Amino acid sequence: MPRALTEFWRRYRRNHAAVVGLFILCAVVGMALSAPFVYPADPLRLVGPAELWPLTDGRFPLGTDSIGRDIAAQLFHGAITTLIIGLAASLVATTIGVGIGAVSGYYGGRVDDVLMRFTEIFQTIPNLIFLLALVAVLGPKIEIVVVGIGLISWTSVARLVRAEFMTLREREFVLASRAMGMSDLRIIVTQILPNAIPPVIVMASLIVAGAVLFESALAFLGLSDPDIASWGGLIGEGRLLIRTSWYVCALPGIAILLTVLALNLIGDGLNDVFNPMLKNR
Amino acid sequence: MNRTYQAVRRRLLQLLPVVLGIVAINFLLLNLAPGDLVDVMAAEEQISDPQVLAKIRAEYGLDRPLHEQLFNYLRNIVSLDLGYSFRHSQPVWDVIVQRLPATVILMGVSMALALLVGVLAGVVASLKVNTLYDNLISVVAIIFFAAPSFWIGLMMMVVFSVKLGLLPVSGMFTIGADHSLAGEVWDVTRHLVMPSIALGLFYAAIYARVMRASMLEVFGLDFIRTARAKGLGRKRVAFRHVLRNALLPVVTLFGLQLGTMLAGSVVIESVFSWPGIGTLVFEAVLTRNFPLVMGVLLFGSVLVVIANLAVDLVYMRLDPRIELR
Repeated sequence: MPRALTEFWRRYRRNHAAVVGLFILCAVVGMALSAPFVYPADPLRLVGPAELWPLTDGRFPLGTDSIGRDIAAQLFHGAITTLIIGLAASLVATTIGVGIGAVSGYYGGRVDDVLMRFTEIFQTIPNLIFLLALVAVLGPKIEIVVVGIGLISWTSVARLVRAEFMTLREREFVLASRAMGMSDLRIIVTQILPNAIPPVIVMASLIVAGAVLFESALAFLGLSDPDIASWGGLIGEGRLLIRTSWYVCALPGIAILLTVLALNLIGDGLNDVFNPMLKNR
Repeated sequence: MNRTYQAVRRRLLQLLPVVLGIVAINFLLLNLAPGDLVDVMAAEEQISDPQVLAKIRAEYGLDRPLHEQLFNYLRNIVSLDLGYSFRHSQPVWDVIVQRLPATVILMGVSMALALLVGVLAGVVASLKVNTLYDNLISVVAIIFFAAPSFWIGLMMMVVFSVKLGLLPVSGMFTIGADHSLAGEVWDVTRHLVMPSIALGLFYAAIYARVMRASMLEVFGLDFIRTARAKGLGRKRVAFRHVLRNALLPVVTLFGLQLGTMLAGSVVIESVFSWPGIGTLVFEAVLTRNFPLVMGVLLFGSVLVVIANLAVDLVYMRLDPRIELR
């Protein structure tokens, strides 16, 4: 295993941008992990004068927001929210997508027809409006947000997995498994799925990036969980101050930008590792 | 012509279950909402007498079993009845149609901008592959692909409205401005600059990346070598042979992303107080006006279905070999 890992790293590090991405993501994860120790108190409580500019007061290196909350503390705790929602939503989307894509691609025919129409429904519905409607109906709770983002993000995984299964199901090893009398479920899960995993991992990392953007938009509109510090929420509250204190919007926006950028670069890097032939096209 | 007609008919038959599914999801969400239509109405009109409420409920068929309600809902939708918005004292359909033009203008301009900038950047990058231009375009594209659109909008607002005072901060018209036609067009155009760029840049970034990859792929195909061997110039081959074929993936993406873009306009419209469907649905969510929220969701979905059909037809024109799925 360590040998495979070294080989993986050797191929991954050839893509310099992807290494930068990994570095940025590690920094964000570090922020999230250290948040409870560096800023142990509630990041949403008032700690100082309002609208204090960054680098003017040693106690608040990144300044304070419209009502005097520490921006640095909110950025650190916001990293936790961003990462948890991004990962959980991607997990939901990948699970639904793999399930539907695998069944659709393995069985084909009418099953495929029905499942593809179902996929088309979720491709057609304007995603963010659906998310708003869902949150409006079921309430702005973090688990609703996660499931909602998962529900609007799974279609690309389903299409990908379906295509992989359609080519793999005709291969000899699948025929052999069938001849041995394996059940369909066992063939799908233990024989075909492991072969389809690499592109799914790439897609999942891109979905995390998309989920971070969806979460930030929702929080920006003030429709995410109001009791949790989040980057999008901070921008949403700071937008009324752009005439005087535009840094309140600028800083969390840069955090979102860098995180999404890092995830996209990592996705590209993983893609290069799994498909070395397609590189340098 | 006959082929086109058949293809459209087949596609319409496929789209029917999709639209029905969307209607069912709408109905499900409406029923999951705490309180029904009458509760909302009671709150808006401040009626509290339970007997009156029961009477209204019977009138709207809300006391019937669920499957019967779904059937009624379907019948209403077919006759374009999406319900009633008590806040606007108007049918939901009318409220949406009034707000539609602003959104269509915003989306149309954003799309045109995204296609123009994206395709152009992708073509330039592919012609100058692995040079400074190419790398610069790639870096800019990957940054705009990662930036939240509402944040780009706010930052443009800081620079162009607050600091430089060049463009109006929000809205669609200046109150008390020149009322001649030319004056009004100029006024709307000035208001449109920032929202359309904020909404369009993300898609321009995607198109640039896809267009570059697609151009490079087509450049390597046999028929391009033939064209070059015939003695055609590099420029002529690039624009007459490669561009046309390389556009196909961009058209596919364009169709797939119409819904996403409509949804993205919700955020951008609320940043710039653009008086379209986006701000409408956002207000409706805040005031828990569920018939209006679901009306917009359904209306938007059907709009996307129709637009997708149009994209499929364009696709068939661009590449006659392609049969509609």
